[in-house]
Amino acid sequence: MNEKLRNLTRSQLFWPCVTLTLMCLVNFYFNRGFFDIEIKDGHLYGSVIDILNRAAPMLLIAMGMTLVIATRGIDISVGATVAIAGAVVASMIGGSLVIQDGVQTYVSNVPMPVAIICALLVALICGLWNGLLVAGAGMQPIVATLILMVAGRGVAQLVTEGQIVTVYYEPFFFIGNGFLLGIPFSLYIVAVVLIALLFMVHRTALGLFIEAVGINPVAARFSGISARALVFWVYAFCSLTAGIAALIVTSNVKSADANNAGLTIELDAILAVALGGTSLAGGRFNLIGTLIGGLIIQTLTYAIYSLGVPPEINMVVKAIVVFAVCLFQSSELRAMLSKHMFRPGEAA
Amino acid sequence: MISAEPILVMKDICKSFPGVVALKNVQLRLFPGEIHAVMGQNGAGKSTLIKALTGVEIPDAGEIRLKGQLIQPTSVNEAQKIGISTVYQEVNLCPNLSVAENIFIGRFPMRGFAIDWKAIERESTAALAALNIHIDVNQTLSEFPVAIQQMVAIARALSTEAQVLILDEPTSSLDEDEVERLFKALRQLKAKGMAILFVTHFLDQTYAISDRITVLRNGEFIGEYMASALSRLDLINTMVGREINESSYAVQDTGDENRVADKPFVSAQGLGSTGNMRPIDLDIYQGQVLGLGGLLGSGRTETARMLFGIDYTDSGTIHIDGKPVKLSSPSKAVQQGIAFCPEDRKTEGIVADLSIRENIILALQARRGVFHYLPKRAQTAIADDYIKQLGIRTPDAERPIGQLSGGNQQKALLARWLATDPKMLILDEPTRGIDIAAKLEIMELVKAQCRKGLAILFISSEMSEVLRVSDRIAVLRDRQKIGEINSKDADEQSVFRMIAGAEA
Repeated sequence: MNEKLRNLTRSQLFWPCVTLTLMCLVNFYFNRGFFDIEIKDGHLYGSVIDILNRAAPMLLIAMGMTLVIATRGIDISVGATVAIAGAVVASMIGGSLVIQDGVQTYVSNVPMPVAIICALLVALICGLWNGLLVAGAGMQPIVATLILMVAGRGVAQLVTEGQIVTVYYEPFFFIGNGFLLGIPFSLYIVAVVLIALLFMVHRTALGLFIEAVGINPVAARFSGISARALVFWVYAFCSLTAGIAALIVTSNVKSADANNAGLTIELDAILAVALGGTSLAGGRFNLIGTLIGGLIIQTLTYAIYSLGVPPEINMVVKAIVVFAVCLFQSSELRAMLSKHMFRPGEAA
Repeated sequence: MISAEPILVMKDICKSFPGVVALKNVQLRLFPGEIHAVMGQNGAGKSTLIKALTGVEIPDAGEIRLKGQLIQPTSVNEAQKIGISTVYQEVNLCPNLSVAENIFIGRFPMRGFAIDWKAIERESTAALAALNIHIDVNQTLSEFPVAIQQMVAIARALSTEAQVLILDEPTSSLDEDEVERLFKALRQLKAKGMAILFVTHFLDQTYAISDRITVLRNGEFIGEYMASALSRLDLINTMVGREINESSYAVQDTGDENRVADKPFVSAQGLGSTGNMRPIDLDIYQGQVLGLGGLLGSGRTETARMLFGIDYTDSGTIHIDGKPVKLSSPSKAVQQGIAFCPEDRKTEGIVADLSIRENIILALQARRGVFHYLPKRAQTAIADDYIKQLGIRTPDAERPIGQLSGGNQQKALLARWLATDPKMLILDEPTRGIDIAAKLEIMELVKAQCRKGLAILFISSEMSEVLRVSDRIAVLRDRQKIGEINSKDADEQSVFRMIAGAEA
């Protein structure tokens, strides 16, 4: 029994799960309706659904970020990429409500699928640029992606010509606000990306290669792994997830704001990865952990709002909780704790 | 001048890790003015014993007394403060700092509120001069070869006013000249009354320097002997625990010549890399071991790296099976059936956090590509097969490879490459830091693979080993090939004469 418990606490997912449960219980304590889910107009409504829905863009980015971090890298340009891709898709769709022969129709500047593909392509190009700097030119990841982080919002401003571009094309709103079979559509997107990624990581050698490169890049290269190409594509993929996130964000607020879209989302994504138990030093990674990490952040944010913490100090509250969580996840502290928890009499 | 009272006594030290008992009732006595060697095979517990003494690991049971006082260091710093200094097997310094900073890091002399850089420079120069090393201490450490870095680590340990100096395989990356320098320094320290604990795999060095020998086997204390009273053969027998005669270590069998292919598998013409290696001609045949002979820095590793596509080449051609190829990256070389066990096992070979299984199938998987993933069952089968075949000592294939001892890691790396079914195997110092029994096993494995028709390029800084294993030897000096000899007609002296003669 003790042995089982000890193995359980050593599992990578144990502490993230404990934290998430705790966070939910805190919410439940203050708000007895926290776990309630009701059906309105055939759609599921409730705090949990809300949290999942709101977390979607960040979860997507955190998944791409997990792979980048596993290769010993980091990508702080994803927020800027969200702004660029959002600007592209909003400007291309634009749209207006036209009444023709007494029938309302929505008209977009270019067909919506074209706009979406273009936005994703632009995001991919951002990633290729990052990959080129990191894997090709050998720049340090934080510096390389800092370039796009700074320049990206400028590029987005160019696309939107300094305006906040509003979208009037209703079909586009489905991505961020729509429901399919009662569940928010954005969650399907997260699920599809997650499943595709889990498949790539576990059913192909991608996971092994990424971990090998993250743990010992030289040894990985000497084993015949094309480490540079791998790192290059990982950055490209990370930006692509930012592009997908941009679609949800833009659709959600029905506009593209070059200055504020995806602002500091990179920090939340990195935090989600860290909370999920993936070391920022690279190597072993855990996508499910990242998912839980992302939900911890969103649940915390939700708690802060629903508890009515004054807005001016909510960042402080968030910081304190994050600090406590990180502390609990440090392997040193855990080693100390499990020593005291599991063998009190053995020291003698 | 050996005093009767030991300065340091370790008594009944026990330490176990999950699943393994690393030390069981081990004893150790260090006397001032004496050099004490701890001998044992890989996994005998030497490293753990040292870690227990230096505060890296806390023993589960037993006591340590320094000058009669019970001590229990819980960190390296604490151990250093009470006078126990250590130089580890792998250089534990900061490559991006200067030599002087490395020597004084963590205990910079202060002058008021500022660090006294002048004193640091002066004293580190003096500390190195005592080891007969004369370099600019303001240069970055990484600019120097590993051998010099090792000496810097020793200088660092010496400058902390230690009473007990522990050297964990300090010589594994030094050439003979440097070993002699180190020994000179050690003898000086010994004359000053320092107690020195010395761990090495080299028998010659053990006898050259040590007064007393403690032998460990499988974590158990076997005995303490005076070096003068223990013959080499007895030492080997106590270490291995079974009868091994020294002549079997010197096994020399090049076998029949028929197995050697007619045409070279790899033929390099004028292969060179400006500023790195002068153009070199090499023919490597399947079924034959080509040794690279030469001193440290003669271009042995550089040659290997060129043939594996690691270093950029700007002259010459490579033909594989008669076809010209361009080896521009390791993955290209792997596709051509070339395998490479690098010199630095820890930083270039193993992927420490991955399991033994994952490490073994890594190169095979890389060759298959991302999408042709080996099913886990197949991976386990391959790993288990090689673990058995090569005698890798581990409870199972799922342990992180970093937990294995050096010799077993090396075997796992061999397995990684054998799993790819290579046509040529490059071995750069495959036996470094490995005990005699494992050395023997690895060289036997190499020979066996060669008999099966593998082409082998063998590099070692121990000339006797090169002679023993190789069929032919290409002799290198100053990053240039100066000749080739048949190992049957050569002995160590003739190779060294060749190296020296060309110099004159």
